[in-house]
Amino acid sequence: MTGLATVFFQTLDFIDAAYIVAFGLMIYGMSGLTGPRTAVRGNQIAAVGMAVAVIATLLRKGEFDGSGTVILIIVGLAIGTAVGVPAARNVKMTAMPQMVALFNGVGGGAVALIAWVEYRHHFGSDWPLRAEGFELFGAIVGSISFWGSGVAFAKLQEILPGRPIKLPGQALINAALLVIAIVSAVILASGTHSQLLFIVGILLVSALLGLLLVLPIGGADMPVVISLLNALTGVSAAATGLALSNPVMIVAGMIVGASGTILTDQMAKAMNRSVPSIIAGGFGGAVAAPTGGAGESGGTVRSTSPSDVAIQLSYARQVVIAPGYGMAVAQAQHAVRELERALEAKGVTVKYAIHPVAGRMPGHMNVLLAEADVPYDLLREMDDINPEFSRTDVTLVIGANDVTNPAAKNEPGSPIYGMPILEVDRSGSVIVLKRSMASGFAGIDNPLFYEPKTAMLFGDAKTSVSEVTAEVKAL
Amino acid sequence: MDSLVTDLAILVLAGFVGYAVISKVPNTLHTPLMSGTNAIHGIVILGGLLLMSESSGVLEKVLLVIAVAFGTINVVGGFLVTDRMLGMFKAKPDSARAESGGESAGADSPADGSSKGPPS
Repeated sequence: MTGLATVFFQTLDFIDAAYIVAFGLMIYGMSGLTGPRTAVRGNQIAAVGMAVAVIATLLRKGEFDGSGTVILIIVGLAIGTAVGVPAARNVKMTAMPQMVALFNGVGGGAVALIAWVEYRHHFGSDWPLRAEGFELFGAIVGSISFWGSGVAFAKLQEILPGRPIKLPGQALINAALLVIAIVSAVILASGTHSQLLFIVGILLVSALLGLLLVLPIGGADMPVVISLLNALTGVSAAATGLALSNPVMIVAGMIVGASGTILTDQMAKAMNRSVPSIIAGGFGGAVAAPTGGAGESGGTVRSTSPSDVAIQLSYARQVVIAPGYGMAVAQAQHAVRELERALEAKGVTVKYAIHPVAGRMPGHMNVLLAEADVPYDLLREMDDINPEFSRTDVTLVIGANDVTNPAAKNEPGSPIYGMPILEVDRSGSVIVLKRSMASGFAGIDNPLFYEPKTAMLFGDAKTSVSEVTAEVKAL
Repeated sequence: MDSLVTDLAILVLAGFVGYAVISKVPNTLHTPLMSGTNAIHGIVILGGLLLMSESSGVLEKVLLVIAVAFGTINVVGGFLVTDRMLGMFKAKPDSARAESGGESAGADSPADGSSKGPPS
C-alpha cells in the first residue's frame, strides 16, 4: 500500500497538480497584501504555497538519484536557512532597504548560477533553442540583478558613497556592454559551444553592466532602482521557468515581474521622472549626508528652540508630521511617536504626511512608523493630506527636504520642477528639523527654509524630538 | 514543442494576474509588498533542486549548492522579514479609545486595544 502511495506521489501528474496548488496559494496570498488586516495571513499563505512547490519538487521520481544529491540539497538548504533566518530576525527596520536589496540580489544570483549549470550540462548535446535562449536571457538579467543589487546594498549600507558615481560616456559604455551581451547570446544560441564565451560574454559583461547601472544612481532615486531590480529578478526567474518548462516558476516569476514593474512606474511618477532618466544617473548633485553647519546663500533662516516648538505645537489644533529619510537615519521614529502621543494627550490632532518616495524604498516611512506603533490610519498619502495643509496650524518636517520643496511647484527652472510634493508651505507655520543647512540629495536649495513662517530646529532629529516632547509634557 | 505555446500563455496570463492583484496594494504596504514578492522570486530554488541530480562534476555541484543556498536565503529570509514587518502594522484602536473616552485615553498606550500585550 505504501509502495503504491509512493508511486502515486512521484507521478508527474501529481507533481503538476501540486504546482498548480502552489501558485494558486501564492496568488491568493499576494491578494491578501491589499489590506493591512489581511496581509499577515496573505504572506503566510504565500509561504505555504512556496513550501508546497519545494516539497513537490523534492518528491519527483529520480530527484535523489546520483551520488550525494540528498546531502548537497540539505547542505544548500541549511546554509541558506542559517544565513537567511538570523538576518531576517535581527535586521533593524531602518536597515530594511538594504535587506530587501540583498535578498533580491541573491535571487538574481541563483538564476545566473542555474543558467551556468544548465549551459554546462547541455554542452555539446542538442539543447532545444527555446530552452537555451531563455537560459541565456535569464543569465544576463539575473547577473545584472545580482551585481546591481550588490551596489544598491553597498550604497544603502554606506559602504559606498550614496552620491551618484559617474564615468564619462557612461551611457555609451552601458549600451556597448548590453550589445556585447546580446551578441554573445546570439553566437552561443546559434550553435557555438564555448564556455569561455558564456562566462566572459554573458556573466562577466552583465555583471559589469549591473555595477555600472546602479553606481550613478543617487540615494533618493533608490526606491525606483530597488523596485526595478526586483522586477528584473522576477522576470529572470520566469525565464528560468520557461527554460525548464516549470509552470510554478513561470507564474511566480512573472507575478514578481509585474509587481516590480508597477512599483517602478509608481515611484518614477512620484518623482516626475522617467525610468530611463533615473537610470542615466542622478542630478549629479551634492550628497544627502550632513556636512558642517555652513549656511547657504539665498536668504536668512530663522532658527528656533525646543521650548518654542513645544509651545507652538501644544496650542495647535492640528499638527501634521512630514517625515523623510532623515528620520530613518536618526532612528527617530519612536521619539516621534512619543511626541505624537504627548500632543494627543493635550487634545491636538496629529496626522502624518507620507510622500510616496520619502526614504530609500517604496513605503519606507510606513514601515518605520509601524515599528514605532503608529496606527496606520494616521498615515496619510500625499493626495489625501495636501488639501488638509491649509487647515493645519503647524507642520513638522522631520528630515525631509526635496519632497517638501515648493520650488517643484513654483520655479519652472528647478531640476525638480513638476515633482508632486507635500504642500507643507500652505500650513499656518512650518518647523523643519534638520541636522544642518546642507541641501538634500538633489543639491537644490529649498526656498521653504527661508519663508517667514518657517522656523528651523537644528540638531539630531531624535534628540530634538525628545527635547520637544519633554517640553510638551512639562507645559 | 508546442508546450512552448502553453508556457508562453501561462506567462502572459500570470503577468495580467500579477498586474491586477498588485495594483490594488496601498502605499502603506509597499515595503512588505516588495519583500513579499522578493520571497516569491526565490522560486528559482526549484531550478537548483531540479538540476542537482542531473549535475556532474565538482564545479556544477558547487554552483548548484550556492544557487540553492541563495534561493533559500531569498525565500526564507523574504517571508520571515515580511511577516515581521506586517506584524507591526496596527490599526488605531478606535473603539477602545472611544469607550474609555476623554483625553487621557490618548496619553497612555492603549493596552486594551492590543490584546497581544505591550509592544517590545
